[in-house]
Amino acid sequence: MLKYLARRIFQSIGILLGVTVITFMLSFLIPADPVRMIAGRSATPATVERIRHELGLDQPLPVQYGRYLVNLVQGDMGRSYVQKSEVTELIASRLPATLLLMAGAIFFELLLGMPAGIFAASRRGRTADKAVMVLSFVGVSAPQFVVGLILLYVFAYSLALFPLSGYGTLWHLVLPALTLGFTGGGWYSRMTRSSMVEVLRQDYIRTARAKGASEGRVVLIHGLRNAILPIIAMIGLDIGIFMQGAVVVEAVYGWPGIGQLAWQAIQRIDIPIIMGVTLVAAVAIVLGNLLADIATSLFDPRVRLG
Amino acid sequence: MKRAFTGIALAMSLGLATPALAADTGGSMIVTYQSDISTLDPAIGYDWQNWSMIKSLFDGLMDYKPGTTDLVPDLAESFTVSEDGRTYTFKLRDGVKFHNGRTMTAADVKYSLERTINPKTQSPGQGFYDTIKGYDEMVAGKTDKLSGVTVVDDHTVKIELTRPDAPFLHKLALNFASVVPREETEKYGPDFGKHPVGTGAFKMTDWTLGQHVIFERNPDYYHKGRPKLDRIEFQVGQEPTVALLRLQRGEVDILGDGIPPARFLEVRNDPKWSKNVIEGDQLHTGYVTMNVRMKPFDDVRVRRAVNMAINKDRIIKIINGRASVANQPLPPLMPGYAKDYKGYPYDPAKAKELMAEAGYGDGVDTELYVMNVDPNPRIAQAIQQDLAQIGINAEIKSLAQSTVIAAGGEEDQAPMIWSGGMAWIADFPDPSNFYGPILGCGGAVQGGWNWSWYCNKDVEAMAQKADAMADPAKSDERIALWRDIYVKIMDDAPWAPIFNEKRFTMKADTLTGPSDKIFVDPVHIPVHYDVVVKK
Repeated sequence: MLKYLARRIFQSIGILLGVTVITFMLSFLIPADPVRMIAGRSATPATVERIRHELGLDQPLPVQYGRYLVNLVQGDMGRSYVQKSEVTELIASRLPATLLLMAGAIFFELLLGMPAGIFAASRRGRTADKAVMVLSFVGVSAPQFVVGLILLYVFAYSLALFPLSGYGTLWHLVLPALTLGFTGGGWYSRMTRSSMVEVLRQDYIRTARAKGASEGRVVLIHGLRNAILPIIAMIGLDIGIFMQGAVVVEAVYGWPGIGQLAWQAIQRIDIPIIMGVTLVAAVAIVLGNLLADIATSLFDPRVRLG
Repeated sequence: MKRAFTGIALAMSLGLATPALAADTGGSMIVTYQSDISTLDPAIGYDWQNWSMIKSLFDGLMDYKPGTTDLVPDLAESFTVSEDGRTYTFKLRDGVKFHNGRTMTAADVKYSLERTINPKTQSPGQGFYDTIKGYDEMVAGKTDKLSGVTVVDDHTVKIELTRPDAPFLHKLALNFASVVPREETEKYGPDFGKHPVGTGAFKMTDWTLGQHVIFERNPDYYHKGRPKLDRIEFQVGQEPTVALLRLQRGEVDILGDGIPPARFLEVRNDPKWSKNVIEGDQLHTGYVTMNVRMKPFDDVRVRRAVNMAINKDRIIKIINGRASVANQPLPPLMPGYAKDYKGYPYDPAKAKELMAEAGYGDGVDTELYVMNVDPNPRIAQAIQQDLAQIGINAEIKSLAQSTVIAAGGEEDQAPMIWSGGMAWIADFPDPSNFYGPILGCGGAVQGGWNWSWYCNKDVEAMAQKADAMADPAKSDERIALWRDIYVKIMDDAPWAPIFNEKRFTMKADTLTGPSDKIFVDPVHIPVHYDVVVKK
């Protein structure tokens, strides 16, 4: 196990290095000049060049990249071009909200998606199955912006059950997490259903039924335990996805997550922040996958890591 | 001979005689914004949202009367200008204190200008002060002392210029010339923008990144009776549509980003809410640039034809009437606006004749660059249709803001640009501000903002003459000269001016002020926070 972990971490460093190279290159390939965005419209070309020099952006790209990497290893992601603050501080200030929203969203995805998927699988081919699948299809394809605004209008504005916007209490979390849970839950219900359908065909399920186990026990204990592995892998992926921030939902509900930071940075070509957020998301994806693999091995003794 | 201008009479007229805690004082308000506040460092901040926040935290030698474009002394009590227009001497107010308790002196004024000009600060406002003596040496990194600024005594500062600079006093009213305490900027370094300390009406007491910024009353503020409010909470990350719902429910007092366009007509026509909508003019012009160095716009007849082919009323309908028709570069609010100038009439038939005269009777292909954020692509489509009527087939290039700006700064890349979303809102209410970078020869360089690459030597000479008329007694003559400059530019037609955008915002019933214009202040953009009153 330890050997396995060491190898995975070693691989991860390679992946992350690749991510920094690609993001760095892409940031400089776009046909726009971050310095002109910083300098504003009244700046003379001479001022623009001086700011470029102060930021070290007049150096050759490999030199800039090397300097970035050396600082990065020391935990320094640089300073935002626009805000001048340290990128680590900006990202750290948004991590709690991002993690909370991630937890809430995954909670609702599972709460809505798994029971629906199990229910559909146990009624396979019947009307109930089709109804659930149509509903999950709506969830998957509904734009988050629309779902978010509808929930907000109905539950926060008209019924005034929840705050309209903001961050701080669990009440603030419910609607944004529910929006993500509804749209993401569709994937989970489809995944759960197909996985359950697969498992419920197996011989040992037939054996359990033949031994007289109740249908509930067959589905939930014998079936679900074996069908859950792909779900765990999906949660691992979700962790990575949510760490990039849920841009749309954060914007609708005024949620101070990493997505809003990334979105603003992209608009202002604030390369140090773009680099930082991409890197954090890449780390999260790598970690999420690793955690999912470990969890899988714990759930299923047939899977051995190594 | 020197002429003296005293600020005392002006200061009296601002109603400063009211007692410190009058009946209109106290209370708090909540202002919403979508974007994060980028920085509150006056040398750095240069966006829509931090501009007036910085003005509430800091002061400069000069400022404007709330809700107007009238320049008045602020930290300066009075000032004199030498006959040759090259030496300004400012007498400072007595007993002005920074938020940290220290008394402000003339040395702080000098340090603050040096800080903005010092290349290490990376201030976007550096170039405004290029007429101060010693600017070049400092910018080249040879010294960190500005030889043109002299501390005469604790209350007197003298600024010498290399040449007369008529809008210089306006430049001193820009945030970049705000007075900052050296000990605090040195303590925080690049983080000063997160820990601002000034002399302003409010002091910042909390900044929770991504959530809110809190301003509280500065009890020692030298403008007696200001600010009116005890506390302002700026909430960020607030989607404008949701912010509007919150205002309607009484949770929010001012929509910092204004009324979302999609809800504009609905709110304006709703008898319950229309009275909360505030309309204001701004120093803004939206225009189409035509690159005079690229075909077919190297021919003035084609440029005039474009001016006559665009149906501006129809474009204003696209943005729900939130603008008025423009026929010249200057907006009506700007001194020097030519009221009697008629501009080019909307006359497609005449435009077609001009095209034929120019040899494009069979039509011509070109490109129209536009920023890809609504409503700009729709406006570009309307322009495209109008131009098609006279045989100009413009392909629309709808791109990210920074990409359009980069294309405009290349001599041979963008034949036409619709300026929407990047258009010129003046830095200060002086007609010169619409010339230099966007129509002058100095801006027609790679990476510049003169996207029509227009450079007329005669006009340039007139502009230089106008900027040299620093004597305030000649102010009217100078403004008249600027008027002529812009009329002459329109004859060359490097732009097709389209509209002057109005600003609309919404405020809670409980807020008032000396006039509604402070909520759409043309200089303290977007809101003059210091004089907002909570009923």
